[in-house]
Amino acid sequence: MAEGAVLTAQTPAVEGKTRAGGTALAARLEALELPAGGFAAAARRDAAERLQAMGLPGARDEYWRYTDPAPFNAARPEPLAVPGREANLFDDIDRLKLVFVDGRFDAEASDDLTAEGLQIESMAQVGAGHWAETLYGVLEAEGQTPVKRPFAVLNTLVARDGLMIRVTGKVSRPVHLLYRRADAAADVVVHHVIRLEPGAELTLLETGGIGARSNTVLEVDVAEGARFHHIASKRADDARIGIGHVFARVGEGALFKSFALAVNGRVMRNEGVIHIAGNDAVAHIAAAVLGDGNEGSFHHDDTVFITHAAERCESRQVYKKVLKNGAHGIFQGKILVKPGAQKTDGYQISQGLLLDEGSQFLAKPELEIYADDVKCSHGSTTGALDETALFYLRSRGVPKEQAIVLLVLSFLADALDEIENDDLRGAILGRLDDWLTSRAAG
Amino acid sequence: MLEIKNLHVKLEDEGKQILKGVDLVVPAGEVHAIMGPNGSGKSTLSYVLSGRDGYEVTEGDATLDGESLLDMEPEARAAAGLFLAFQYPVEIPGVGNLTFLRTALNAQRKARGEEELSSAEFLKIVREKAKTLKIDGEMLKRPVNVGFSGGEKKRNEVLQMAMLEPRMCILDETDSGLDVDAMRLVADGVNALRSPERSFLVITHYQRLLDHIKPDVVHIMSAGRIIKTGGPELALEVEQNGYGDLLAEAN
Repeated sequence: MAEGAVLTAQTPAVEGKTRAGGTALAARLEALELPAGGFAAAARRDAAERLQAMGLPGARDEYWRYTDPAPFNAARPEPLAVPGREANLFDDIDRLKLVFVDGRFDAEASDDLTAEGLQIESMAQVGAGHWAETLYGVLEAEGQTPVKRPFAVLNTLVARDGLMIRVTGKVSRPVHLLYRRADAAADVVVHHVIRLEPGAELTLLETGGIGARSNTVLEVDVAEGARFHHIASKRADDARIGIGHVFARVGEGALFKSFALAVNGRVMRNEGVIHIAGNDAVAHIAAAVLGDGNEGSFHHDDTVFITHAAERCESRQVYKKVLKNGAHGIFQGKILVKPGAQKTDGYQISQGLLLDEGSQFLAKPELEIYADDVKCSHGSTTGALDETALFYLRSRGVPKEQAIVLLVLSFLADALDEIENDDLRGAILGRLDDWLTSRAAG
Repeated sequence: MLEIKNLHVKLEDEGKQILKGVDLVVPAGEVHAIMGPNGSGKSTLSYVLSGRDGYEVTEGDATLDGESLLDMEPEARAAAGLFLAFQYPVEIPGVGNLTFLRTALNAQRKARGEEELSSAEFLKIVREKAKTLKIDGEMLKRPVNVGFSGGEKKRNEVLQMAMLEPRMCILDETDSGLDVDAMRLVADGVNALRSPERSFLVITHYQRLLDHIKPDVVHIMSAGRIIKTGGPELALEVEQNGYGDLLAEAN
């Protein structure tokens, strides 16, 4: 077997016992073109072994109880018409634009990669011995305990592109990963690795439809005192099927913040796995989700696992989902406080706002605590619009549709507040407002 | 201005009859007070006039300048010039007070076919009006009523009234939860809005608010009807003797 070609399509290595059946995994892999090359060959070999042992998930898996993994298990996605190009919500923000088309980095369409404090390369350009090999598939593998995340392993195994970003200073200009689609049938697997050196700072933006089906992994290593802000907006192609993973390691005194806006997508699953490794660190993860079951079906699942393995750290999970016309929203969130992680301050809130009786919000909040001097709380609510507040606004002359928009924004406010930068929050808010207003009649 | 004729209202869910034939006329420029014991239907009247869901009008009508209010949506009633100051103003997290005021004002202007106010024009007016109500810039920026004290909430209601410039203002128990100083501030705000073109219907349990907002006419409401109408002295009578005598007299 050639170096890097860790699996061939016919390899027997992927058969054997799997939860969804070995055949499914073999068929899944057969449909994929496996990468050959020097970069991360060891990680890919390791991923092959892990995936073989793990198999693909079945509907009986605890962590797949509320979301049917079938669309992700299927050998190929249904083709999906490529939408026309729209204005980007970050167009007014000065940022470094990096374009991906069907999951492949497009250097021509992107800005110049050289920027102070940044070292950026695409996976396709780098070979063995690259710094990112120390992280590629490593944070992902660490994030497999105690919950298995087979599609992340699959991603590590087969990803052919992604960016390797090393941040050595305080970078004020956000880096924007802009995804575009060209091939209606593209089954996209992208894997990014980001390393923030001690004291460094980066804001990462992500927008656009990634593929007819997408599987993304973002591994982020935030070293001591570094600050990482991540803002993703997912919308556009309404019938999209996607699974996204963020694996983060947060060092001493470091800050990790991730916010996602999702408006539609047929089946979306986002897994956030954050390991707080150093003392006095802060990790926040939040999402604002709007789903309309009338635009195809809508099923949006956020599955979050935050591990506190150090002292005096703070974590927050803020998830808000607005659902209508039979849309489904899922939240599975866990805070694990390891022995010795004293003075942990953990907080988790998940809320569903149901705009009609056909929609559903399911939440599974979990706390697991092995230290005795900690403060952890979680809350989850599901409800309809507050009729009194609606009447209050209307009694002031605000038309019903507009009043509902205001109350939806009010509901989402806590999640949006997790975006520190005013301009970026404004851009997200503008996008939300447009979406809500354009659909107010429906 | 406001004319209520033989208004009968029941609760949609329970079918319980709350208003049993209310007749009331508030001419332009006058301040009328409605007093009455708990459960007499005072707040129901204010909600039915402003269009809250959950009530069914079984008989009668209520008109503003001759036009029936009852078929109009709450926002249309507001644009027509009706305003209800809530007994319990609602908190709306995440929506700034200024955004809320501007949205409401421009929505009403739009409904009336008027030009929307520019940001600068709006800010100039709101700052001026807020100042007389001792509402500072901080309070204007905060989310609507969130973390406001009882007095701040009521002052905020009066600020909305001052900005929206309604012709018919209904104040529902505006004195509840206010200390003397806060009540004076609120009353001053209301009095500043009195004009020959604007009328007020002040709903209250107690006479004390009427020391500050002097009514032209006082109505006593009981069991869903106006049982007595008189001048300001009627409020003093209630203050001294309670509702007992009046109720006995009506029966």
